[in-house]
Amino acid sequence: MAELIDQLFLGKLGNPVLDQRDDSGVFQIGNSYVAFTTDSFVVDPLFFPGGDIGRLAVFGTVNDLACAAATPLYITSSFILEEGLDMATLEAVVDSMRAAADEAGVTVAAGDTKVVPNGAADRMFITTAGIGLLRTDSGRPYLVSGSLARPGDAVLLSGTLADHGMAVMSRREGLAFESEIVSDAAPISGLVAAVLDACPSVHALRDPTRGGLASALNEIARQSGVCMEVEESAIPVGEPARAACELLGIDPLYVANEGKVVAIIAPEGADAALEAMRSHPLGRQAVRIGKVLESPAGRVHLITPYGNRRILVLAHGEPLPRIC
Amino acid sequence: MCLAIPMRIVSLEGGEAVVEQSGVSRRARVDLVPDLTVGDYVLVHAGFAIAKVQEEEAIETLALLQEMSF
Amino acid sequence: MRHIDEYRDPEQVRKLVAAIREASPPPMTIMEVCGTHTMAVGRYGIRQLLPQQVRLISGPGCPVCVTPQSDIDAFLGLAARPGVTVTTFGDMLRVPGSKSSLEAERARGADVRIVYSPTDGLETARRNLAKETVFFGVGFETTAPGVALTLAAAARENVPNFSLYCVHKLIPPALSALLSGEAPAVDGFLLPGHVSTIIGTSAYEPIARDFHVPCVISGFEPVDILQSVLMLARQVKEGRAEVENQYRRAVTPNGNFAAQQAVEAVFEPCDSSWRGIGVIPASGLKVRQEYEAYDALHRFGISEMAEIPEPAGCLCGEVLKGRARPADCPLFGSSCTPAEPVGPCMVSSEGTCAAWYHYGGE
Repeated sequence: MAELIDQLFLGKLGNPVLDQRDDSGVFQIGNSYVAFTTDSFVVDPLFFPGGDIGRLAVFGTVNDLACAAATPLYITSSFILEEGLDMATLEAVVDSMRAAADEAGVTVAAGDTKVVPNGAADRMFITTAGIGLLRTDSGRPYLVSGSLARPGDAVLLSGTLADHGMAVMSRREGLAFESEIVSDAAPISGLVAAVLDACPSVHALRDPTRGGLASALNEIARQSGVCMEVEESAIPVGEPARAACELLGIDPLYVANEGKVVAIIAPEGADAALEAMRSHPLGRQAVRIGKVLESPAGRVHLITPYGNRRILVLAHGEPLPRIC
Repeated sequence: MCLAIPMRIVSLEGGEAVVEQSGVSRRARVDLVPDLTVGDYVLVHAGFAIAKVQEEEAIETLALLQEMSF
Repeated sequence: MRHIDEYRDPEQVRKLVAAIREASPPPMTIMEVCGTHTMAVGRYGIRQLLPQQVRLISGPGCPVCVTPQSDIDAFLGLAARPGVTVTTFGDMLRVPGSKSSLEAERARGADVRIVYSPTDGLETARRNLAKETVFFGVGFETTAPGVALTLAAAARENVPNFSLYCVHKLIPPALSALLSGEAPAVDGFLLPGHVSTIIGTSAYEPIARDFHVPCVISGFEPVDILQSVLMLARQVKEGRAEVENQYRRAVTPNGNFAAQQAVEAVFEPCDSSWRGIGVIPASGLKVRQEYEAYDALHRFGISEMAEIPEPAGCLCGEVLKGRARPADCPLFGSSCTPAEPVGPCMVSSEGTCAAWYHYGGE
């Protein structure tokens, strides 16, 4: 996937905005600094503990904008529906999107629907786009980017990992299990705003969705040309999510999260940022998990509870359950 | 080549049990491990209990390790 | 997590690491023969905790890695047929055959379903009698009993559309083959704890006795692995070659009789081809004739297949025999990566090369 993005898309579509390689494109229109993003949502099953594809679609885009330090304002939603999808399912998803948009404080400004033949889509695909405004101070924007991490920066994580991915898996046919695990799907814009209010030196923000924390850290390490070093014992994972990962042989560091943020902060601002996170309902379990080093550039190191070190590579696909 | 995790037996009915570990539970077949009681721990692999966890041996193993002085 | 976290305790790990150093082991090479051990060693960085002279290598313990390409191709052929649903453990999804993979076939519209248990495979069959459902029976002695029971259940209930593609293999014959061939000097075996719950400690006595190689049956947590290494180091130092059981909380001398019986009821041993190693006598399982109606080979008329040679440059075979390390392979990390695997050692989550790539090797 990374190669596809690099060679085909960036190769052919590249420009200074896209080449930043952040989840949102950031650019100026007049005196405003705008963040603009898009995302597609495919999830099986459509409904899972704590959410559904509609909720994911809204929060996914809202969160990408938040990670550009933008206030999310408007979103669009485009549906690709498989012929034969029952109306009740579609209605439930749309109701959920409405509720999610209200919760996130965004307005759905436009939409589209296409119906494709049976088998051409797995029931429903949703693509959302979103637009938001960066905050400015005397005309200067508060810019954050995956390319701005610097050696010495602190790495903060807003809460527990793997809840979303394992909640989805708990309802997947052929793998299903019972648990209290609930998706963490939530709009993180409020949490991010609290951090930006408290701290002027946030360098990068990333929501660890597909590919998990490991992939988010790898992306930032590559974009910034730095090394990220995190401590395994500092990384919070809820007990049921941990047990579910053990049962299926999945590494929680690679499991998707939909209501968390990784923040890379200048060392002098880290305490204030952590405090701000913990004061917010979505960040009560926020914790410092590591730091940014100069080298080796582009690498992510994990310090095990035993003091030794291993490399966390970029995920090469969805984590698969295994029996071996 | 064998991911199996210890899970506690919550209920038993014929060849099937409900097993649990730290808030995660599922059904497992127990045909391969006779003489089980609710509360026992079994190793569960691919939906089948393959062995009972011997509590006394576990305690002994851990005690032996505790005794090591380094 | 009960019965897990106690064996991950950093203080215990520290003590065992110190004990191993204190034991002053001579230069020695330990082979583990279990993909789950390969993964655990990588995940916990065990190699970095051991003194330099104790070398841990990975043998042919990855059932996905040793499944011949011809079988993978045949199974992919079934997946590509309309009217067939294939069910598989997640481990197999990305394993490359000679031209494709289950994941690629699924993208082309094949009905490929990942299941956690063979019982889910049978349930899939029951729920859709209009299609054939085939289950890919991969795995060693730990997995075979559950698959055997599932096959027996299918027969008992007369589930007409279920069949099994059986590629189960057996560990002790492979160990003998490794020691009889031109294998590297292996000073000790770290034996697979869960296979051993089924076959018992006694199954390995001939290995220790006939080849004079120390053996320790090990659990999978860091404390288990380190305690087992300590036990092996002591055996080597003292010139002993015995089968010792570190995983006493789960493994007994005679193993699991019910499981052994379940296997014997529907399967029989056969000569089996191990990718990269060749045919090892009596090292595989095949479906007994009485159950041939549920044997995918019989149902779909799949006959003896020619062995497909490795892709050029691929060292998977040598890696599986413990004769080469991933870093020795010219393709490792360059043209062979988890995203684009040449051989299965890279694609299986527990393949030696994938584990090295994932966890950074030594």
